[in-house]
Amino acid sequence: MNYQIIVLVKQVPDTKAISSKAMNPDGTLNRSALPAIFNPEDLHALEAGLQLRERYGGIVTVITMGPPSAAEVLRESLYRGADEVILLTDRHFAGSDTLATSYILSRAISKTGHYDIILCGRQAIDGNTAQVGPQVAEKLGLPQITSVEEIVQIDSGKISAWKGVERGKELLEVPLPAVLTVVDTASKPRPPSAKKIMRFKKAKAPGEATPEEAQALKDRGLLIREWNAEQIGADLSRCGVQGSPTKVQKIKKVVLKAKDIKQYAATDESLAQLLQELIQEHTFD
Amino acid sequence: MKTDGEVWVYIQRQGQEIAEASLEIFSKGKDLAKQLAVPVAAVVLGDEVQPFAETMSRYGAHKVYLLQAPQLEQYTTLPQARAITRLVKQYQPAIFLLAATPQGRDLAPRLASALGVGLTADCTDLRIGTYVDPKTKQKHANLLLQIRPAWGGNLIATIVNPETRPQMATVREGIMRLPEQQNSGTAEIITIQSGVSSEDLTPRIIGQRITERRVNLKQAKIIVSGGAGVGTKEKFHLIHQLAQVLGAEVGATRAAIDAGFIDHDHQVGQTGTTVRPKLYIACGISGTIQHLAGMEESGKILAINTDAEAPIFSVAHYGIVGDLHEVIPALMRLYKTQRP
Ligand SMILES: Cc1cc2nc3c(=O)[nH]c(=O)nc-3n(C[C@H](O)[C@H](O)[C@H](O)COP(=O)(O)OP(=O)(O)OC[C@H]3O[C@@H](n4cnc5c(N)ncnc54)[C@H](O)[C@@H]3O)c2cc1C
Ligand SMILES: Nc1ncnc2c1ncn2[C@@H]1O[C@H](COP(=O)(O)O)[C@@H](O)[C@H]1O
Repeated sequence: MNYQIIVLVKQVPDTKAISSKAMNPDGTLNRSALPAIFNPEDLHALEAGLQLRERYGGIVTVITMGPPSAAEVLRESLYRGADEVILLTDRHFAGSDTLATSYILSRAISKTGHYDIILCGRQAIDGNTAQVGPQVAEKLGLPQITSVEEIVQIDSGKISAWKGVERGKELLEVPLPAVLTVVDTASKPRPPSAKKIMRFKKAKAPGEATPEEAQALKDRGLLIREWNAEQIGADLSRCGVQGSPTKVQKIKKVVLKAKDIKQYAATDESLAQLLQELIQEHTFD
Repeated sequence: MKTDGEVWVYIQRQGQEIAEASLEIFSKGKDLAKQLAVPVAAVVLGDEVQPFAETMSRYGAHKVYLLQAPQLEQYTTLPQARAITRLVKQYQPAIFLLAATPQGRDLAPRLASALGVGLTADCTDLRIGTYVDPKTKQKHANLLLQIRPAWGGNLIATIVNPETRPQMATVREGIMRLPEQQNSGTAEIITIQSGVSSEDLTPRIIGQRITERRVNLKQAKIIVSGGAGVGTKEKFHLIHQLAQVLGAEVGATRAAIDAGFIDHDHQVGQTGTTVRPKLYIACGISGTIQHLAGMEESGKILAINTDAEAPIFSVAHYGIVGDLHEVIPALMRLYKTQRP
């Protein structure tokens, strides 16, 4: 078989390094103020795609939507073994919520022509919404398996996978094409290959290069494919801020409220006092 | 824009029971509906679902929508999503809430995508309020304010959907109170025989592994939690011992889990379980925002940390600046002699 495997990956701000300075007044994120990383669960989605290719044969195409600098996650995908990469970038895409994002991604997936398996991370660490995968599935009219921990097999045009549910796991089987969202307990992402880094480190998206540079890269097969709104036939009223029904009303920095804390020294006498107090408050009853 | 629609709550089932998370959200939905002076409705899917109508009526539902079909008895995404999408289009509720459980987060985005409406994931609070569009200055009253942590929990965002209906949100478990059940109720029951075509697309559940939850953090009265400061898996045994002495459940931070001290079921925090025990004992936990998000509401918090500046002390009621490897054994010894 020759499966067309599409992996959706997102470049995200490293949320461990966030401060309110990184926020614009309208509640969107000033990405330039933060280190950007490959969304962790998307690495697992990519790994799942590469493993399916190894087991069954096929082509792994990685798609991301973002500013030209998001091409970095595409280069990283190439280092890890992706066959094709596509950057979706257009100023009309800026400010998209999950509904608009899933619309744009589904237009791009349709444009690729044939697809069998679409893999996403379960959620992106910037918003933690876990919505884009199922929303893409709905837009394309495909079945979905969310929170996939292990893909079991593809057999007779059906894919089966274990997914995490409330009380354990469920083994689901759905016909292809299908959308699967992958969690971080799925198999461990392989590291980038040194050979592929050498080969692809110069790859650039047109938006990252001058026109002359782009031509030269193209001749060497190192120009990253880029699609804008028009090329994917997107209805602009469904993209970006305009196509996003959710609005941010306000953003507040989390302020820890200081409590009247009672300090106890790490001595027997003091700890005994603490326990006495807890016992009197019926804490252990 | 219609503003007087109903408030709907999707009732997630666990067999013949109702998931606690759905009841919690129903209780919130009831408050919101009261503020808006509109009915609150429960939506239940399955084969023989009449008994659920009675239960939800006793919980104070004004209306219960029963979507009946054998294919809806066990949850699978597509048949449920299609049946609910049709129902929403027909009755046009103003607000539609689901639990942010794995099931709710599988279903809700499908519905929002099919309906072309906004959806806010994993809210920690919901209110009714006004939104003024910063560009058009247009004022939208009586909107659902959807409050959730953003950017890894460092910020709290309030999200609104001024233009589309229903306003949809999934709501985190364990942060709202359970409603009280009355002896009887008066809900209007609307039963719909839902025509589900046996489409090829219908996913099949071909296997199940039920992992009995050995960890019951949500119900625990006392939780002893360990963080990276515990040091090693062997030393994490101290946390289990203290928990055993106190009759407590064991919790952990993600750092402790990532380090392999204990398994993931024990995680407390933004991406783990939200807990509210009477007493939470945090041992070797720094108190990052992601961890605090899951335990701040505990009745009493006792923190043991070598670093007097650790942020955990800013939410703690009792603080011990000290080495947990000395403090915990001392606490166990003293507890055994002092216990009434
Ligand atoms: C999107 C996202 C979601 C997350 N979700 C969660 C979540 O749900 N839950 C969660 O917990 N984390 C979560 N995290 C991780 C979180 O950011 C922190 O990494 C984690 O909470 C830190 O755990 P810790 O306090 O155990 O470790 P550390 O921050 O390393 O703190 C260890 C503490 O132990 C103290 N210590 C060291 N030795 C001793 C000793 N001998 N005695 C006493 N004290 C000692 C130190 O002073 C220090 O304060 C999330 C992160 C991200 C990005
Ligand atoms: N801008 C994007 N480009 C490509 N894939 C995306 C994008 N946003 C989200 N995704 C995919 O959808 C998943 C869930 O994202 P989210 O709904 O934002 O939590 C991610 O893990 C990605 O696989």
